[in-house]
Amino acid sequence: MRRRKLRAAGFNVLGLVVFALAVFPVFWMVSTAFKPDDAIFSATPKPITLHPTLRHFGDVLGNPVAEVSFWTYFRNSLVLALVTVVASGLLALLAATAVARFRFRFRTTFLVLLLIVQMAPLEALVIPLFLDLRRLDLLNSLSGLALVYVGFSVPFAVLLLRGFVAAIPKELEEAAALDGAGPVRVFFSVLLPLVAPGLVATSIFSFITAWNEFLFAFTFLDDQDKATLPIMMQYFFGHSGNAWGSIMAASTLLTLPVIVFFLAIQRRMVSGLTAGAVKG
Amino acid sequence: MLDTASAVGKAPDRGDPPGPARSRRLRPGPYLLILPALAVIAVLMLWPIGQIGVMSLQKIGNRQLRGEPAENVGLEYFRTIFADPFFWQTLRHTVLFAAVAVTLTMTVGTLIGLLLNRLGRRMANLVAGGVLVAWATPPVTAAIIFSWLFGTTGGLVNWLLDRLPDALVGGGWADYNWFATPLSTYTVLTVCVVWQACPFVAVSVLAGLKSVPDELYEAARVDGSGPWRSFWTITVPLLKPIFMVLIVMSVIWDFKVFTQLFVMSGLANRDAFNLSLYAYSEAFGSLNPKLGMGSAIAVVLTLILLVVTAVYVRVMVRQGETA
Repeated sequence: MRRRKLRAAGFNVLGLVVFALAVFPVFWMVSTAFKPDDAIFSATPKPITLHPTLRHFGDVLGNPVAEVSFWTYFRNSLVLALVTVVASGLLALLAATAVARFRFRFRTTFLVLLLIVQMAPLEALVIPLFLDLRRLDLLNSLSGLALVYVGFSVPFAVLLLRGFVAAIPKELEEAAALDGAGPVRVFFSVLLPLVAPGLVATSIFSFITAWNEFLFAFTFLDDQDKATLPIMMQYFFGHSGNAWGSIMAASTLLTLPVIVFFLAIQRRMVSGLTAGAVKG
Repeated sequence: MLDTASAVGKAPDRGDPPGPARSRRLRPGPYLLILPALAVIAVLMLWPIGQIGVMSLQKIGNRQLRGEPAENVGLEYFRTIFADPFFWQTLRHTVLFAAVAVTLTMTVGTLIGLLLNRLGRRMANLVAGGVLVAWATPPVTAAIIFSWLFGTTGGLVNWLLDRLPDALVGGGWADYNWFATPLSTYTVLTVCVVWQACPFVAVSVLAGLKSVPDELYEAARVDGSGPWRSFWTITVPLLKPIFMVLIVMSVIWDFKVFTQLFVMSGLANRDAFNLSLYAYSEAFGSLNPKLGMGSAIAVVLTLILLVVTAVYVRVMVRQGETA
């Protein structure tokens, strides 16, 4: 009994070590963002400062980064992410309903196709897509980039949503149909409300994809007032040397929304994973 | 990513039974439903993949971008890169980095997964939440944070290494520039990528572990086998499908890593290129873009990844993920 307790304590200590190592880089980012410059470049780095300052946040939010205000980058990122979420969510919901509810020819082919394109090297696709958008006159525009992001989010969104649609008992829809509801009505009043949690999870994933994306935004957007937050981070190095305080404040502003979203769906995600694993 | 989740077993099938009465007539419904998604995927992914193949055989530079027809060069770009030691160097970087990063990610991730499974509920939630923070961090910020941690001025890692006894780690760490040689650059990149990728492995392994009946371990304990043996004779065989999928996905991700290396090392540092950066640099890196040449390198990358993807799809289909 005592040995068992001792061992449990050992695992708990190990757990705390893993926790500390996992969050340390993010902690260091946030803590640097609050440090005054002399503490940032001090010969002996300290984990936290006794004289926290909001100056770096003020600089980032108040002064232009490469001649454009933080809020412009923020707005561009937000618009891109929201458009991606809505469009890919809609497309994915339709397709996920099809593969979860119907058996049809090419169904397996379609699913295999999703698996394949989900793995496609976007780093290679950037070259032909650059030429395509150029031909369509969509380079250097947020709508062109949104189009690309929708394409990248859809395959995974379908694969994720499929499980959520399949988990809704088909009997509910059949009952509604017996009561005289047409397919459209069944979709909106039965399927949609029940699949809403899945839609939220899918949306958050699409949001994060668009919010974090760097390569395509960097390649396709020329004008600074069209750039997104990850691109803004790149400007920091060019324009203000190594203003690490401001860089870390900006990183914090870019990162925290994603972490909050991620943790919000964490439980659903983990339980979704577990549920999938148990069904033998 | 998450579909590895259900990789362990077949998802229950709630679709219509493929009865004869139903399958005889072709219903347009499901086709109409998948059509928009299919169209988007075809235009934005399948068509460009085909295009890279064509572009890799063409000269596409500034003049072609201005509207002149692209000149066909046949296999010239492929002959050029295969004869160029620099290409083989970038390929070596790509392969070695993937090998090391995947091994570390799988090992550390699995250990964390096993630990999560042993912890009490509250502690497991805390640790899981912590590792998810690493997973959620955008690649750009992750790369920036690690550049800062491993930086020469005010960098924490150099300061720590300088404090450690010289007999252990050697001296002269105070001004050590991690981004001066490819080996040290890739060391930082590996730490950064493994830090971000472990959580996904840990959570997936945990999900798999939850599906293994406790009785198996109890029976093994009664038979006198220790934890090490139980791990190799029970856990590993049962979780093999999960491990397969995780390894294949990690290989693919690490093979084409771009953002982190780009942020840490940039396009000016050619010595540290991997295939992704090499292709990008040829296509967009200079005032004289060589999109055909970049495409040829991208084709090599894509072909390698297609082989790996084929393994992945085979595993998924066999596990009934597409049923």
